[in-house]
Amino acid sequence: MSLLPWTIYVSLAGALLSLAAGSRSHSLARWTALLTAAAAWTLTLLAAARFVPGPGLQTLADCPWIPSLGVRYHLAADGISLTLLVLTGLVATAGVLFSWNIEERTGEFFSLFLILVAGVYGVFLSADALLLFAFYEIAIVPKYFLIAIWGSTNREYGAMKLALYSFAGSAAVLAGLLWAYAAGHGGGFGFAELAQAAATLSRHQQIAVFALVFFGFATLAGIFPLHTWAPTGHVAAPTAASMLLAGVVMKLGAYGCLRVALPLSPLGFAFWQPAIAWLAVIGIVYAGLVALRQEDLKFVIGYSSVSHMGFVLLGLAAANAQAVSGAVLQMFSHGVIAGLLFAVVGRMVYDRTHTRMFADLRKIPLHRLLPFAAAVFVVAGMASMGLPGFSGFPAELTILVGAWRAGPQWASVAALGVLVAAAFTLRAIHLSFFASMDGPQPTGGTHPPEQVLSLAPITLAEKAGALLLVGATVLIGLKPDLLLDWINPALQSPLLQAAFKGGAP
Amino acid sequence: MRPDYAGLLSALRPEASLVLGALAVLGLDLTAFRARSLVERQRLALFVGALAVAAAGAEALLGARGPVFGGVLILDPLAVAARIGVLALTLLTLGVAWGAAPFRQPGEYVAVMLFAATGLVLMAAAQQLLVVFLALELASLSLYVLAGFDRSRPESAEAALKYFLFGGMAAAFLLFGFSLIYGVTGSIELPRIAAQIAVQGASPLLLVALVMVLVAFGFKSAAAPFHLWAPDVYQGAPAPSAALVASASKLAGFTLFTRLLWPGFGAAAGNPAAHLGGSGWLPTVALVAGASLLLGNIGALAQASLRRLLAYSAIGHAGAMLLGVMAAGRSGPAALFYYASTYGLATVGAFGVITAAERAGRCELITDLAGLHRRSPLLAACLTVFILSLAGIPPLAGFFGKLTVFAAAIGLGGIGGPAGGLALLAIALSAVALYYYLKVLKQALVAAPAAEAARIAVPRVTAAALLAAAGLIIWFGINPGELLGLF
Repeated sequence: MSLLPWTIYVSLAGALLSLAAGSRSHSLARWTALLTAAAAWTLTLLAAARFVPGPGLQTLADCPWIPSLGVRYHLAADGISLTLLVLTGLVATAGVLFSWNIEERTGEFFSLFLILVAGVYGVFLSADALLLFAFYEIAIVPKYFLIAIWGSTNREYGAMKLALYSFAGSAAVLAGLLWAYAAGHGGGFGFAELAQAAATLSRHQQIAVFALVFFGFATLAGIFPLHTWAPTGHVAAPTAASMLLAGVVMKLGAYGCLRVALPLSPLGFAFWQPAIAWLAVIGIVYAGLVALRQEDLKFVIGYSSVSHMGFVLLGLAAANAQAVSGAVLQMFSHGVIAGLLFAVVGRMVYDRTHTRMFADLRKIPLHRLLPFAAAVFVVAGMASMGLPGFSGFPAELTILVGAWRAGPQWASVAALGVLVAAAFTLRAIHLSFFASMDGPQPTGGTHPPEQVLSLAPITLAEKAGALLLVGATVLIGLKPDLLLDWINPALQSPLLQAAFKGGAP
Repeated sequence: MRPDYAGLLSALRPEASLVLGALAVLGLDLTAFRARSLVERQRLALFVGALAVAAAGAEALLGARGPVFGGVLILDPLAVAARIGVLALTLLTLGVAWGAAPFRQPGEYVAVMLFAATGLVLMAAAQQLLVVFLALELASLSLYVLAGFDRSRPESAEAALKYFLFGGMAAAFLLFGFSLIYGVTGSIELPRIAAQIAVQGASPLLLVALVMVLVAFGFKSAAAPFHLWAPDVYQGAPAPSAALVASASKLAGFTLFTRLLWPGFGAAAGNPAAHLGGSGWLPTVALVAGASLLLGNIGALAQASLRRLLAYSAIGHAGAMLLGVMAAGRSGPAALFYYASTYGLATVGAFGVITAAERAGRCELITDLAGLHRRSPLLAACLTVFILSLAGIPPLAGFFGKLTVFAAAIGLGGIGGPAGGLALLAIALSAVALYYYLKVLKQALVAAPAAEAARIAVPRVTAAALLAAAGLIIWFGINPGELLGLF
């Protein structure tokens, strides 16, 4: 366990090294980044192997940081953070593999990528709300540059929108944290200290503080109607960045909601619970319906991310041990599946065909030209639909069962979302890979254009990355207890239990 | 009481070093360096000036503490820290000026800069109204000259004239305010004034005097509605002059006026938790702070000129620092000092990047930065640190400046109090600010260079100054306790 803080330091060192390596040669920078990401992931796995589940955070490092404000450099982990740390290592490693073809400013790309990864590790490891906030903001800036420099469609718009939404959300979080902190007469920013401080506020103030912190974090988790940054940002981002964005960064928001906002004020949560649950359910169904109408394959995946993150938020809103453990499982599951989907769409398909529009893709017999990509996409699609055998199934099922116990009306509408998800996923699979089998095309004739027939074959790096992610989703699909055994004890911590009692009926 | 001239002399050793250095620069420039080329004369003058500033810094660090000459000056921890901060920022400004195109009289430019530093260092310690005024005027008059030093550009003359007219008006208000304070309290010594105000309470005449002092404060800190000079001065002045106006002068000004307002007129502050309409100077400062936050951050959105953008951002930052002034009475000056000094580092750095970029062509509009990452990776990296620190992104110092100031302000009567409300406004506006700061970085890091844009060669001294500023911003960001624990 004591190895975990090194994930942050290793990633930051790797960022500097790959920046330096990038000025020598591109492939040196790539290998540096791959080794760094893999090393950090190995650290999380080693820690996981020795992890003894238990309630409450296990402290890894703790020393005063800003004594005059009572801020501490306090790193700690429990089963929830460990789940997400392993996910981060996995998606980061796969992300590097899927960015092997970055030729422009390679060193800078991997440097920013690794800074983002370091920030994400930091958030999942922080046990001091201000430290968590600092890491959270560290993760915002690299996203802007990754998208604005290496992105595609409408990238400067997408990057700025994403950065501003994230920053506005974090400004709300900062305001709420300072408010609670001031109420405690400067006691400190530890989660328990903040909760005690917030408890001294009046009911109306607690409701306001909770709203600032929760909705600030939930912006990054893509809560309806603050989700609109997500599709544009994901579509504009380069492949590895969309994988990280959808796979891990959106989880930062959900993690903040769970770790900081829920325990902060059980009273405030009780007030907002129905609103959050309904917004989550609306997000699930609305984003699914929007995904059903998209003509751009990457937009389908972008909206599907919002829809799946709605399940996470629903699980948090239901606020019982079952629903929340499902939400954490869904964070892991969606992280892997979204990473896989974006990898197929962004790297395997778009980088070769230079189009993502269904109207163009249907003229190309992609299933014959890229059989590996087609197979991976079908598998990822099945996982995304929540078929048994893949990680999405136990996750969404646990959430729905838990949510049913908190409010059957939410669970029933959310179940509708599962149907919609099946519809838009099947439509995307069909239109992107298999529509050319539908018979003669209205415009293209029977023979596709010559230049697309010679698509570059799938590289080894892509295959390795895809197999990693597919393996993870199948493994957790077949044996979800691997993660649930970590998550469930962590939910017994007094802070979370207090939040559940305040929220659940 | 016998005047203690020996003590005064020893306390004023930093000022003496600066003045001697300025005279040495002038003398050497007229004699020994006369035959050399303009660039060499500039560099020799800067080198001698830097030696003088470094010597002054060492003396300020090791020198006397406590009240001097019967309390005319006070060398408390804040004064010592502010003196060292001012000198460090001046040193960085000299390093930045190394890369600037030389003026016709390089010796005089450096000498005037040292005179300005003398005034600023005195401002940091002054505790008697006459000394306050003299120090302020010495600094201001030198800065007017620095702003107008580039006689080849009409904008520089415009900057100096505007700065001078506004500054003269502000000085008149300040002097009138001081004379009223003398009339009300019968003293020009700050401790006695404080004692008198505590006895008398806030009379209407005193409040008039305080508002006049605040006008001068608003001018010095470029706070709205006294900000009108700032965009033109930042735009027109030679870049190193603008760097000094934006950094060291800000730090000294905030130190001076915080000392006047809290230890001096603290008894007339009014209730920090009361809303507008309460009596005292706090409501006025709150109004000025709110106006600056709004005007600065929203005005900056519309700027196409890089320097004007920095000016409006400075107005916004002045609003945040005024929040720190409001909170300084309760939680001490640490947060304000941290904010002002690290803000100074970031602005010196930003103007340093502009100075260096001007060597290879125009650097007026934000779009002139396009492709900076190709033209000079060093400048692009440093600019990223400075701008992100201004935007308040951790782990850079700018974030912790905002954090500590806002935490102190919210502690001042809770979130419902005027200071807490302003802190919320400032937090909300920081999301707006990110937009215009990212616009700058987008040009520097994302956009491709224009076809005719050349590579920028950065002289080693300037590069060292910029790296030092960036390094300090990162260091104080990772270890905020280093500065916050000083008081």
